[in-house]
Amino acid sequence: MDDFLIRAVAAGVGVALIAGPLGCFVVWRRMAYFGDSLAHSALLGIALGLLYGININLGTVIVCTVFALLLVWLQQRRVLATDTLLGILAHAALSIGMVAISFLNNVSFDLYSYLFGDILTVRMIDLYWIFGGGAIVIGLLIVNWSALTLMTIHEDLARAEGVNTVWANILLMLLMTIVVAVSIRIVGILLITSMLIIPAATARQLVSSPESMAVCAALFGVIAVMLGISGSVELDTPSGPSIVTAAAVLFAIFSFLAAFRRRA
Amino acid sequence: MTELLAARHVSVYRDGKTILEDVSLSIGEQDFITIIGPNGAGKSMLLKCMMGFYAPSEGTVFRRDGLKVGYVPQRLIADHTVPIRVRRFLTLRKKASAVDIERVAGETAIQDYLDQSLHVLSGGELQRVLLARALLDDPDLLVLDEPAQNLDVTGQLAFYKLIERIYAERNISILMVSHDLHLVMSSTREVVCLYHHICCSGEPHLVTRDPEFIGLFGQDMARLMAVYNHSHDHEHGHDHGHDHSQEHDHPHHDGGDSNHASHHYGHSHRDPSHVGRDRQKEQQDG
Repeated sequence: MDDFLIRAVAAGVGVALIAGPLGCFVVWRRMAYFGDSLAHSALLGIALGLLYGININLGTVIVCTVFALLLVWLQQRRVLATDTLLGILAHAALSIGMVAISFLNNVSFDLYSYLFGDILTVRMIDLYWIFGGGAIVIGLLIVNWSALTLMTIHEDLARAEGVNTVWANILLMLLMTIVVAVSIRIVGILLITSMLIIPAATARQLVSSPESMAVCAALFGVIAVMLGISGSVELDTPSGPSIVTAAAVLFAIFSFLAAFRRRA
Repeated sequence: MTELLAARHVSVYRDGKTILEDVSLSIGEQDFITIIGPNGAGKSMLLKCMMGFYAPSEGTVFRRDGLKVGYVPQRLIADHTVPIRVRRFLTLRKKASAVDIERVAGETAIQDYLDQSLHVLSGGELQRVLLARALLDDPDLLVLDEPAQNLDVTGQLAFYKLIERIYAERNISILMVSHDLHLVMSSTREVVCLYHHICCSGEPHLVTRDPEFIGLFGQDMARLMAVYNHSHDHEHGHDHGHDHSQEHDHPHHDGGDSNHASHHYGHSHRDPSHVGRDRQKEQQDG
């Protein structure tokens, strides 16, 4: 197997392993639109990274964090609904990002690869980001697992038992910014949310505990990455969309099986 | 009496409205206090301040060091997207042995559902699961926020009976918000009537000596407020000289029962000229 292929698989598996468990919270707490908006704002991070010569992963983390904190602040003011705020912030960030990119005199800039991912261009530095960031995400998720799960089931109950729910909410947002930042290379800005949601949604049909859902989601993500990359190499299709297609096929299969089993 | 939890001159203002005004309430060992009041009276807000969810605008909340509080919320909307069984839900963030779980499950009669998913349970079953969770670390004080509001009448009655039994068997303190005074009055030791401020408080059998009070309470708190003679010792800035011809026996403030009087500082109820029985005045207060 070629080096670039090994790096590609390692990167994809890394992203799947963190996106699965975190994706459970995205499904439970209905944060899909938030994830999508966060990913859109990542384009601004990429633009700033390229303009000022800083690492684009770092640029993305910074922009996405500002985005998340801005959203929390606007939510506290309770003037507009969250989806309105997300729509404003996401599309503003996306547009500002595109405007900023137009100032780049870089002919080799490949917008398409940022939008849909290009797993075959993964370098070692990207692997460090994925596994470093991934270790942080998984570590924080494990430490805070029951607090976050309890808060998801009943916010006041969690508060009564000493969970700082404001910080827990911010923590979830920050974990998502890390996942967004490290996933851009793999599936691209437009498809990041699907890596969070589809494996978790597939897992939901099979499990009866939150922990097993997290493990299954990671597993389904890994399978989708494997299938997607081999399909992409075999058929010469774009890698990001191939992975998401594989994930969607898995979801469809298990949905049918679950529906069939329920009827039987 | 050792104080477990207390609100001291708590006021809460939100968006230019007064939600709580100078409320003082103290829960001691083996107290069973039920807060009643119409919708929007600030009952939940008082409870949330006392639980520490919100900081009051004025005043303080005292909580004894090391106090273990079991909290039972109004309802749990079990979301089917979260796969979780009752047993796992009980032990989220709690260190409980299988024996502990069996014990509280027996106490709250949820043994049969322990291995079922949360989202398939009925409202009454869910409330008992929440109660079981609250009891799991042997709390000194149980705080319940309208725990039976979403149950049918039979379910409400059964739930309050259960609370009464737990109170008797465990020797713990209970602070509860409830609409259903006619159901809780046999168990509660003290009733606190709240409408932004504490209007009256006292032992339920004294409060409910008034048959109109009993008859009207469950159906329409607002009508109760109109018929039942409330007393107000604070200045409303308008004339209080109105008809007292329907004044009833005032059970809650004519005794020398200092134990109960101590639960509401700042609102002594001894001025007969302020006995109000018209609802308009109540609304102007808010």
